[in-house]
Amino acid sequence: MPLYHNDDQAMLKDSVAPFVAEQAPVAHLRSLRDSADATGFSQGLWAQFTEMGLPGMLVPEAHGGLGMGHMEAGIVLEEVGRNLTPSPFLATSVGAVAALAKAGGTQASRWLPAIASGEAIIALAIDEGAKHRPDRIATTATRAGNGFRIDGRKSFVLHGHVADMSIVAAKTDGGITLFAVPKDAKGVTADPRRLVDSSLASHVTLDGVEVDADAVIGEVDAGGDILDALLAATRTGAAAEMVGVGQGAMDMTITYLKERKQFGKLIGEFQGLQHRAAHLYGEMEVARATVMKAQQLLDEGGAGAKLMVSVAKAKAGRAANLAVREGVQMHGGIGMTDEYDIGLYMKRDRALAEFMGDVHYHIDQVARMNGY
Amino acid sequence: MSELDAFRTEVREWLAANCPAEMREPIREEGDVCWGGRNWVFKNDAQKAWLEACVAKGYTVPDWPKAYGGAGLTPEQTKILKQEMKRINARSPLDSFGIWMLGPALLQFGTEEQKVHYLNPIARGEIRWCQGYSEPGSGSDLVSLQTFGEDKGDHWVVNGSKIWTSYADKADWIFCLVRTDKANKYQGITFMLFDMESKGVTTKPILLISGNSPFCETFFDDVEVPKTQYVGEINRGWDVAKYLLGHEREMISGGGAGGDMVSIGALFAKSLGKNENGELDDPILRAEMAAFDVDVFAYRAMGERFMDMWKTGRAHPASSNMMKYVGTELNKRRHELVMSGGGSEALEWDSEETKGGARPRAWLRTKANSIEGGTSEVMLNVIAKRILDLPGA
Ligand SMILES: Cc1cc2nc3c(=O)[nH]c(=O)nc-3n(C[C@H](O)[C@H](O)[C@H](O)COP(=O)(O)OP(=O)(O)OC[C@H]3O[C@@H](n4cnc5c(N)ncnc54)[C@H](O)[C@@H]3O)c2cc1C
Ligand SMILES: Cc1cc2nc3c(=O)[nH]c(=O)nc-3n(C[C@H](O)[C@H](O)[C@H](O)COP(=O)(O)OP(=O)(O)OC[C@H]3O[C@@H](n4cnc5c(N)ncnc54)[C@H](O)[C@@H]3O)c2cc1C
Repeated sequence: MPLYHNDDQAMLKDSVAPFVAEQAPVAHLRSLRDSADATGFSQGLWAQFTEMGLPGMLVPEAHGGLGMGHMEAGIVLEEVGRNLTPSPFLATSVGAVAALAKAGGTQASRWLPAIASGEAIIALAIDEGAKHRPDRIATTATRAGNGFRIDGRKSFVLHGHVADMSIVAAKTDGGITLFAVPKDAKGVTADPRRLVDSSLASHVTLDGVEVDADAVIGEVDAGGDILDALLAATRTGAAAEMVGVGQGAMDMTITYLKERKQFGKLIGEFQGLQHRAAHLYGEMEVARATVMKAQQLLDEGGAGAKLMVSVAKAKAGRAANLAVREGVQMHGGIGMTDEYDIGLYMKRDRALAEFMGDVHYHIDQVARMNGY
Repeated sequence: MSELDAFRTEVREWLAANCPAEMREPIREEGDVCWGGRNWVFKNDAQKAWLEACVAKGYTVPDWPKAYGGAGLTPEQTKILKQEMKRINARSPLDSFGIWMLGPALLQFGTEEQKVHYLNPIARGEIRWCQGYSEPGSGSDLVSLQTFGEDKGDHWVVNGSKIWTSYADKADWIFCLVRTDKANKYQGITFMLFDMESKGVTTKPILLISGNSPFCETFFDDVEVPKTQYVGEINRGWDVAKYLLGHEREMISGGGAGGDMVSIGALFAKSLGKNENGELDDPILRAEMAAFDVDVFAYRAMGERFMDMWKTGRAHPASSNMMKYVGTELNKRRHELVMSGGGSEALEWDSEETKGGARPRAWLRTKANSIEGGTSEVMLNVIAKRILDLPGA
C-alpha cells in the first residue's frame, strides 16, 4: 500500500472535511465553552456524525459497522483536529472499538452495534495519576459472588461522566483484565473537571463496584493484549488529531503572515518569519507521513506497528506543539487574545499531547523497544 | 496484487542467486562504494560480479526504460526491488552522478539519440560524471555564473572556472552550466556535456576540514565543445539545471536517515554499556538518542511517502527541497551524536583502530550536507516561496 490516500480514502476526505468544517468549526467549540455546556460535546452533532456513518467506521461489518481501518479513521480525526471539534469519536469509535473488536465475545456483541448506531458513548478508564503509566495500574478486581468487585481511582477519563459504559483496566490475580462497567453500576462516581481546552474529563472512583463475570472484556487476566490494541489505536488516533490541530494552526498563521502589515510590509516578507514557517512546514509533513505509516502498519497488522505508533505520537506531539507555539508568536499581541482562535489550538494541543502518553513517554518507549 | 507478489518472489530468488555475500555487508569505507568509470578499479571480484549481474538485469537503473539500460519497472515494482535489496542489506551496485542527476535530466530533455548514446553507458557504469555548476562567485546565486562559451559556428570555446566540483579529478565527463548569452541572466545559460580529457581542462583538489579532498577547482582554458553536446535548448539550460537539482536533492535527502544504522541508541548501548534497568548508561544522552531515533523513524516514513508521491506525480514539485532540508539537518544531528557516543575514541584522527579517524572525518564531512546541492537557508527560501506562497520571497 502506498503512503497516500487512495481514491476511496480521498473521496471520504472530500465528504468529511466540508461536513466537519461547516457543522463544527471552531465557533462550535466556542459556543459550547461559553455556555458552560455540561456534556462536553453536542448530542446534535453526534447525531449528524451518526447519519454520516462515522461512529461505526472501525466497527466490523458483522456488528453493524463499516469495517474500515485506521487510515480512514485518521481522515476524520484530522478534520476533527483542524476544527477543534469536541466529540466522543476518539475514545468511543477508535479506542473502545479497537478493544471490543479485539476481544470479541459478549461485550463486543453488546456494545459494538450500539456504537455503530450512535447510541453508545464509551469512556476509557486507564490512567490513574497525572501521567500516563499503563504498566502501573493499581485498580484491583477481585472475585466476588458471580463476578468481580472493583476498587480504585481513575483519572483523565474523557466523557467519564456521560458515557454509557466505561472500559476499566484493573489488576487481577494473574494479570490485567478489562471490564465493561455500565453507567449505572453502583459504587462508581465520576467527577468531571473542565480542562484547559474546555473539554471535560473525569476523576472516576470505583468503590466496591460489583460486576458480573460477563462484564469481562475478553478473558480474565488476558487483558494485556486488548489493552495494547486499545492504546495503539487511541494513540494513533490522537496523533492524527494532533496533525489536524497543527495543520489548522499552521494554516491560520500562514494566512496571517500574508495579511498583516508592519514596517510597511507584509510580515510574511521577512525572512526571519519565512524560515521558521518553512521549517514548521517540514516538521508537519514529516509528522503526517509518520502518522500514516503507523495507521498503515496497524491496518496491515504489520511488524513494527507498536514502535511506529510511539514514533507517531511523539513526532506528531512535537510538530503540533511547534505549530501552536509559532502560531501564537507570529500572531503577535493579537495571538494572546481570547477572541482569536490561535490560542484555542494551543490549548487543544496541550490536552492531546498529554492524552495516552506524552512526547517523553513515547520517546522512552522507542528507546525501550530498541533495547536501550 | 498477486502480480506484484509474483514479482517479489522473482526478485527474491534472483537476489539470492546473484548478490554475493560480500555485497551484503554495510559500506565501511569509500572504496566499498562502486562509482564505475573508465579508470575504475574494482575492490574485489564480488563488487565486479554484483555490478555485472545488475547491469545485465537493468537493475542499476531499474525504473529506466529497457532501451536505455534500465529494467523498465513500474514505481511499485521499483519499490519492491528496493525493499528486497534492503531486506538482505545489499549494497548499491553502482553509485553515480550519471544515475542520480544527469540521467533524469536526459530522460526529460534529451533527444532520442542522446538518450541512447549517453544513458546506456551510465547504466553500465562505464562513464563517470561530475557536475560543473558552482563558481567562486556563484554559489547560492547560481544564475550569476560567468563561465563563458563563445560561439564559433559548429562549436563553443569555453573559458572560466568552476569550484567544488566533486570528484572532478576522477570523472570522465562533466555536465556543465555555461553562459552563452551575456545579456540574458536566466535565458543565457546552456547545459553542456564534455569530456574531461578535452584540451584545456585542468583540476585542482580542495582540501576539506575532514582532511579529505574529493572536491576540486576546475579550470577551462579555451576548451572546445562541439555544438552537438548540449541538452535541451541553447540558452535554456537553466530549465535543465533546475530539473536536475530537484533530483540531486532527492538523492541527497535519501541519505538523510543515515544508511544502515537503524537505531543509534541501540548501537551505542553496546559500546557505552547499560545500567541495572537495561538503559543506556547516560540518561541525558539516552534521551537525546531516543529523540533522534524518533526523528529517524519518522523521516523514513516521510521518505517512503515522498517517493510514493513523487513517482506517481502527486508530490509538490518543490517538496524535494523540504526533503533535502530535513534530511541533511537530521544527518548532521546523527553525526553530532555519533561523536558524543564515541567519546574520546571518536577524536582519534589517524589511528589504525579507528580506520584512520573515520568517525571524526565523517562527522566533519556531513557539515557540507546542508551546503552542497543548495544550502538549508536556500531550501527554506524555496519552501516559503513555492509551497507556502509567502509574499516577496
Ligand atoms: C499581554 C500584553 C500586554 C501588552 N501591554 C502593552 C502596554 O501596556 N502598552 C502598550 O503600548 N502595548 C502593550 N502591548 C502591545 C505589545 O507591545 C505589542 O503586542 C508588540 O509590540 C507586538 O506588536 P503586534 O502585536 O502588533 O505584533 P506585530 O507587529 O503584528 O507582529 C506580528 C509578528 O510578526 C513579527 N514581526 C513584525 N515585524 C517583524 C520584522 N520586521 N521582522 C521579523 N518579524 C517581524 C513579530 O515578531 C510577531 O511575531 C501588550 C501586548 C500584550 C500581548
Ligand atoms: C562538499 C561539497 C560538494 C559540492 N559539490 C559540488 C559539485 O559537485 N558541483 C557543483 O557545481 N557544486 C558543488 N558544491 C557547491 C555547492 O552547491 C555550493 O557550495 C552551494 O550552492 C552554496 O554556495 P556557496 O558555497 O557559494 O555559499 P554562499 O552562496 O556564499 O552562501 C553563504 C551563506 O549565506 C547563505 N545565503 C546565501 N544566499 C542566501 C539567501 N538568499 N537567503 C539566506 N541565506 C543565504 C547560505 O545559506 C550560506 O549559509 C559542493 C559544495 C560542497 C561543500
